[in-house]
Amino acid sequence: MPFNGKSGKFNASINAVEVGCGEKALKIGGENVLPFYTFDAPIENSPKVGVMISDLGLEGEPAGVKAYYEGCTTMADIAKKAAAMPGADFVCLKLEGADPNGKDKSVEDCMAVVKEVVDAVDVPLVIAGCKNVAKDADLLTKASEVAQGKNAIILAAKEEDYKGIGAAAGLAYNQKVGAESAVDINLAKQLNVLISQLGVAPSNIVMNVGTATVGYGFEYVVSTMDRIKAAALSQDDKQLQMPIITPVADEAWNVKEAMASEEDMPEWGAQEARGVGMEVSTAASVLASGSNAVILKHPTSVATISKMIKELM
Amino acid sequence: MALKGLDIFKLTPKTNCKECGSPTCMAFSMKVAQGAVDISKCPHMSEEAMAALSEATAPPMKTIKVGTGDAEYTLGGETVLARHEKTFVSKPRFAVRVTPDMDVDAALAEANKVDYDRIGERMHAEMVYVECNGDAAAFVEAVKKVTGKGKTLVLACKDADAVKAALDVCKDEKPIVNGADASNYEKMVEIAKEAGVVLGVSGKDINELYDTTAAIEKLGYKELVLDTTGATIKETFATTVQVRRACLAKEPDRTFGYPSIVNLSKVAPDDEAMQIALASVFILKYGSIIVMDTMNYARGLALYGLRQNVYTDPQKPMKVEPGIYPLNGADENSVVLTTVDFALTYFVVSGELERSGVPCNLVISDAGGLSVLTAWAAGKLSSTSVAKFIKEEVEPKIKSRKLIIPGKVAVLKGDIEAKLEGWQVIVAPNEAVQLVKFLKDLQANGEI
Repeated sequence: MPFNGKSGKFNASINAVEVGCGEKALKIGGENVLPFYTFDAPIENSPKVGVMISDLGLEGEPAGVKAYYEGCTTMADIAKKAAAMPGADFVCLKLEGADPNGKDKSVEDCMAVVKEVVDAVDVPLVIAGCKNVAKDADLLTKASEVAQGKNAIILAAKEEDYKGIGAAAGLAYNQKVGAESAVDINLAKQLNVLISQLGVAPSNIVMNVGTATVGYGFEYVVSTMDRIKAAALSQDDKQLQMPIITPVADEAWNVKEAMASEEDMPEWGAQEARGVGMEVSTAASVLASGSNAVILKHPTSVATISKMIKELM
Repeated sequence: MALKGLDIFKLTPKTNCKECGSPTCMAFSMKVAQGAVDISKCPHMSEEAMAALSEATAPPMKTIKVGTGDAEYTLGGETVLARHEKTFVSKPRFAVRVTPDMDVDAALAEANKVDYDRIGERMHAEMVYVECNGDAAAFVEAVKKVTGKGKTLVLACKDADAVKAALDVCKDEKPIVNGADASNYEKMVEIAKEAGVVLGVSGKDINELYDTTAAIEKLGYKELVLDTTGATIKETFATTVQVRRACLAKEPDRTFGYPSIVNLSKVAPDDEAMQIALASVFILKYGSIIVMDTMNYARGLALYGLRQNVYTDPQKPMKVEPGIYPLNGADENSVVLTTVDFALTYFVVSGELERSGVPCNLVISDAGGLSVLTAWAAGKLSSTSVAKFIKEEVEPKIKSRKLIIPGKVAVLKGDIEAKLEGWQVIVAPNEAVQLVKFLKDLQANGEI
């Protein structure tokens, strides 16, 4: 008597959201099964991998990242090279130089970078702010305008600044609104409701429900994503059916395991391999928990995760 | 068929003798009803009651013990598919794969370099997966080299004679024999039964795995693990998930109620980054033994961190041991900082302190595993608790009399100073990320 497995297909599904334009446009979401459960039903849109670049260039990046971009002198060069990274589906430009506690670049200077990158690449774009709420409100509103016509994801609108960013990205300039909350299913849902109430269509919203690096309270991330997917699929909760995008690079390369030098921790071995380990482990884990897209930075991580997705689909 | 706790309670002796490990018969009955413990744990059940209950209340997934002594591990016994539903109980174990044509001693020594403590848990590769390549004598030699090394062995071999010879060497260590399939299971069951070891079952696909497992159960052997490794990554994931889902379904299919073995060396050979990625997936989704090429820090720091996070009980906060943690080469004259024993707080704070490069002693007192504000609100972090810990544990060991307290409990400053004679209390910023600048400034100003 052969094994009689029941299918775990759901009647509800995650929204399919189109990002980018032209031939390179892609869709994330759309599935009606748990992550990678292709044995229950086919998953039409595989999870996607993005490459993170910063307006600050390559300063402080690991050797493997620097080596990949060798010879790039302008942001346009870097963006093109990122778009061409094996395994990459999209590019994420992070405007970290705008941070008032860092370089505090003016919004105008940042928009010049956005313009340069927008003109340089034809792959879908994600434009991320500097995480300072006051600055991001202005920065991302302007970025929505500068990137008009690109159908980019603007990352992110938070509870504190969703009105301006949500209206600019989701209503005025036809971008996708990235809704960022802090690892909590209720906060994620609440923000989706608020942004919807502005008049932004659910098909124009993607969620960043927050993440941590593996080992750093990551169980909250797993359980939040598990519960969001369960609510979206088994209870047909329309306010949680937005696909999830997770920026992994920022978190994974900022923990001790990735940052401690070989002089400080000789027994830990090569620093870059540890960083890649943290990045691929975190990325694989958020994908297995329900992320529809991840943002990474190391070429080895991008190639590995993209290959893993292909193998599992 | 699900039985209610009350139905079970009626059949217990109701003496609250505690011999089962539960405080009362009622508590025991509720646990049995949830599938958390086996009915046989109660020594006073009548035989009729036992017979009536054991089938209906058997946990859907068996708990299998392998190895001996310090290297004894519990696999399986899970009751839920997602940790937020209750908790995961038996964490996956890592096995390092060796073959007879390798320098087995060197491979073992390499993997053993990773052996450290993370929040009270020892992190190392617990198992060795010895894979037979056809030469029985060489296989036995390899098994000899890993026997007595404090590892649980997995003998991956389908040749009955080779397995027998290997078991003669190592059966006292309770290894797993991963060798039964549709062609040889009768013989393998006999060998495993005789040696009293756990048997691993595999099949060319999920159906054959199912049929072979059912046939082995018919022979009366239930000390099993299921090798869910398929020909591809996709098939391995599909089989591993479906096996676990079947046994934890509402109508459990107990034929699949066993722990799993996932062999990443087979489906992603020689690809370290891919093995890390896949091991992460299988930590989350139902791998019980995860086999890899080796263990090193690039793999371990990520995978052990993930495993420790995911296998914590959601009802119990992760705690670090109270004590003094010297950082950046601190000595008895270095400044003292204090915070709570919530693991996340400890990791974030100690990470920032290390980044500052300033030598300091981080003092963790018992705050019930709560974060700073929660502990303060619950009365677990107070001027009394801090002062008591400093007096009893810190003063005898540390000469510095400068104490930095978390910014969120700045209100405690006055009380602590009043209770701790001779100490100067300094208030830190609210957020851990601000610590680096804060400490560097203090150092530059000569205040610490």
